[in-house]
Amino acid sequence: MIVFEKPKSLVDMPMHYCPGCTHGIIHRLVAEAIDELGIQHKTIGIASVGCSVFAYNYFDCDMVQAAHGRAPAVATGVKRANPENIVFTYQGDGDLASIGTAETVHAAARNENITIIFVNNAIYGMTGGQMAPTSLPGQVTQTSPYGRDTTQVGFPVKMCEMLSKVDGATYLERVAVNNVRNVRNAKKAIKKAFQNQVEGKGFSLIEVLSTCPTNWGKNPLDSLKWQEDNMTPYYPLGVYKDSTKEEK
Amino acid sequence: MADKVLMKGNEALAEAAIMAGCKHYYGYPITPQTEIAAYMARRMPKVGGVFLQAESEIAAINMVIGSAAAGKRTMTSSSSPGISLKSEGISYLAGCDLPALIVNVQRGGPGLGGIQPSQADYFQAIKGGGHGDYKLIVLAPNSVQETVDLTFKGFDLADKYRMPVMLLSDGTIGQMMEPVSLNQSKNATYDKSWAVTGTYGKRTKNIVNSLCLRPEELEEWNKARYERYNKIAKEETLYEEYLTEDAEICIVAFGIASRVSKNAVNAGRKLGIKAGMIRPITLWPFPNEVLAQTAKRVKAFISVELSMGQMIDDVKLAINCSRPVTLCSRSGGMIMSPEEILQKIIEVDGGKQ
Amino acid sequence: MSTKNFLFAGFGGQGILFAGKLLAYSGLLKGKQVSWLPSYGPEMRGGTANCSVIISDEQIGSPIVAEPDILVALNLPSLEKYQNKTQKGGMIVYDNSIITKSVSKDDVKVFAIPATQLAIDNKLDGLANMIILGKVIKECDAIDYDYIKQAMQKVVSAKKANLLEYNLKAIEIGYNYK
Repeated sequence: MIVFEKPKSLVDMPMHYCPGCTHGIIHRLVAEAIDELGIQHKTIGIASVGCSVFAYNYFDCDMVQAAHGRAPAVATGVKRANPENIVFTYQGDGDLASIGTAETVHAAARNENITIIFVNNAIYGMTGGQMAPTSLPGQVTQTSPYGRDTTQVGFPVKMCEMLSKVDGATYLERVAVNNVRNVRNAKKAIKKAFQNQVEGKGFSLIEVLSTCPTNWGKNPLDSLKWQEDNMTPYYPLGVYKDSTKEEK
Repeated sequence: MADKVLMKGNEALAEAAIMAGCKHYYGYPITPQTEIAAYMARRMPKVGGVFLQAESEIAAINMVIGSAAAGKRTMTSSSSPGISLKSEGISYLAGCDLPALIVNVQRGGPGLGGIQPSQADYFQAIKGGGHGDYKLIVLAPNSVQETVDLTFKGFDLADKYRMPVMLLSDGTIGQMMEPVSLNQSKNATYDKSWAVTGTYGKRTKNIVNSLCLRPEELEEWNKARYERYNKIAKEETLYEEYLTEDAEICIVAFGIASRVSKNAVNAGRKLGIKAGMIRPITLWPFPNEVLAQTAKRVKAFISVELSMGQMIDDVKLAINCSRPVTLCSRSGGMIMSPEEILQKIIEVDGGKQ
Repeated sequence: MSTKNFLFAGFGGQGILFAGKLLAYSGLLKGKQVSWLPSYGPEMRGGTANCSVIISDEQIGSPIVAEPDILVALNLPSLEKYQNKTQKGGMIVYDNSIITKSVSKDDVKVFAIPATQLAIDNKLDGLANMIILGKVIKECDAIDYDYIKQAMQKVVSAKKANLLEYNLKAIEIGYNYK
């Protein structure tokens, strides 16, 4: 009896992610959700710019690689072209909450029937550890070497909280993957976000708190702890909006 | 003769696009192209198509990328400042080998500029407004009828060569009404097996992508694309010659400037000056060959443009600077009168009049 | 006639563009080459508006009419701006219920018609543009009355069929004004 196997929706190949990075877990959760819903054959993923740019190689479904921040707009074009397809974007914090804020907010405002996986690790990973829109106050990065000074560069952007005020958005939840319980919750949330699309319920965004051991300068275990101790208090986990419930 | 109707350039363009099978339009309001968006908003729901007013020009061009990647005929339209915003997406369309039609109803610039007609986005369209090694096929209509014909052609060229095509119009051609017949023969079909439509278990996955981190591979991609561009330059160049057979002075002008130039050529002929005109219809590929041939016969060229002088560089390159090329230009939304061009013709002819 | 260049000018909202469009459509129905080019932009809303109409036997070059054969002026600024640009031997038709000054140019034919007043008197408010167009087609040989009628049916949408009758009546008043 097989008790553990690679999800069908992931290509069997080594990923380029750094040791201890939680992108691998999140990829797996997305692929499991797609498998369990039986939608792999009609799913189209939109990869963004950032560490997860090569997601187009990892997911075993049709993929489009979008410009920085534009994934929700590209997803809109794909979904409007073929509404029977299941379309998801996989975006980091710089992509979704900085350069692509407008695309994110307006896709939500339109209640675009797409699924967004938003990976928040409070730093720019691919370019080597610069300040992100979600970097914490005081957080030291390559471009905030004395710590994020909120008087100069402002405060972190809390996307779930912000989008919860957008009438169009259907489902918003923030999850983490730093322990088994959280991973299970994350899986449930991601699956629901895809399920919503299958049922035509509209815009779902799952924010996944993630780590960046390499650019945080911490080992994987300490990174998980840092996320729990520092990010989770600033970005509380939970459901921020669920209009699928309100409908009932 | 087919039944002709009187239509604005912008509206005729929109209807032609729908007739060409474009059912996905994404845009953003900007003068003087807004009629296209408004027309699409009215018509698309009635033909089962999608009209979406995007939150920005940037979003609009990326929605075009999405629908093009999904294998649909798709387009966006804007005017000069909006095209600057779309330039990122245009480079991605080229890099991803995606077909799409981009319409630029030009106005005066730079910056916010004005809203009156201009041709000052020539460099942007022909030399690449976005980053990287790429070309757009650039079509420049000079009448409402030609706007329609080139819209049909633009979608076909885009699909045939899997690349973005720009229709470079201007405020005059977009706003004016002329009789037009909207007859299109049956739309050709093109292989779109590369599109992302879901594998449905019948094929391996498709990836639409412009990223390539191995330089030797990226160079090969670019070389392959340029081979296609060379083929296009050989096979798809379009131009019109007017009274060039015995011409001694040859005007080069496109779009609205060619209309005004025609009056000037006729006026010049009445004065006994052998004037003629070459009108590029494709600005890329540029009609280099006919210009080079004509240079062997004529004394001089005059580049007539609604810019401070952009196309003139390509005229000089085409004739290898073998004849003098004079500029006759207005900028910022001003249009030259036929008399201004005629004065230039007289001057170039030796000023004997 | 080989080519006739018209310039319609007035305030935005006076129906300048529509009058020009109707004339151009009539030319099309008559089998002529035609073009219609409006001024556009913020000036359309409340400021001055104008449109160039060319009706020709030959292919039309520039659609811009800077020096009209026929100037149709519905306000004073338009008359003052364009009367001296009107071609020698050309024609100026203006609304003398709005424009109280007379035309100073003496090498053109001048026709004054109190179009706005006639519209009010005939309960055709807002149709001064059609009244003056009626006068224009009467005085210049470019377009026959029948074609205007046909063009009206093309230009006025079926939903607004009731307007057809009023528009035609207005044109008739202008056409028959002496």
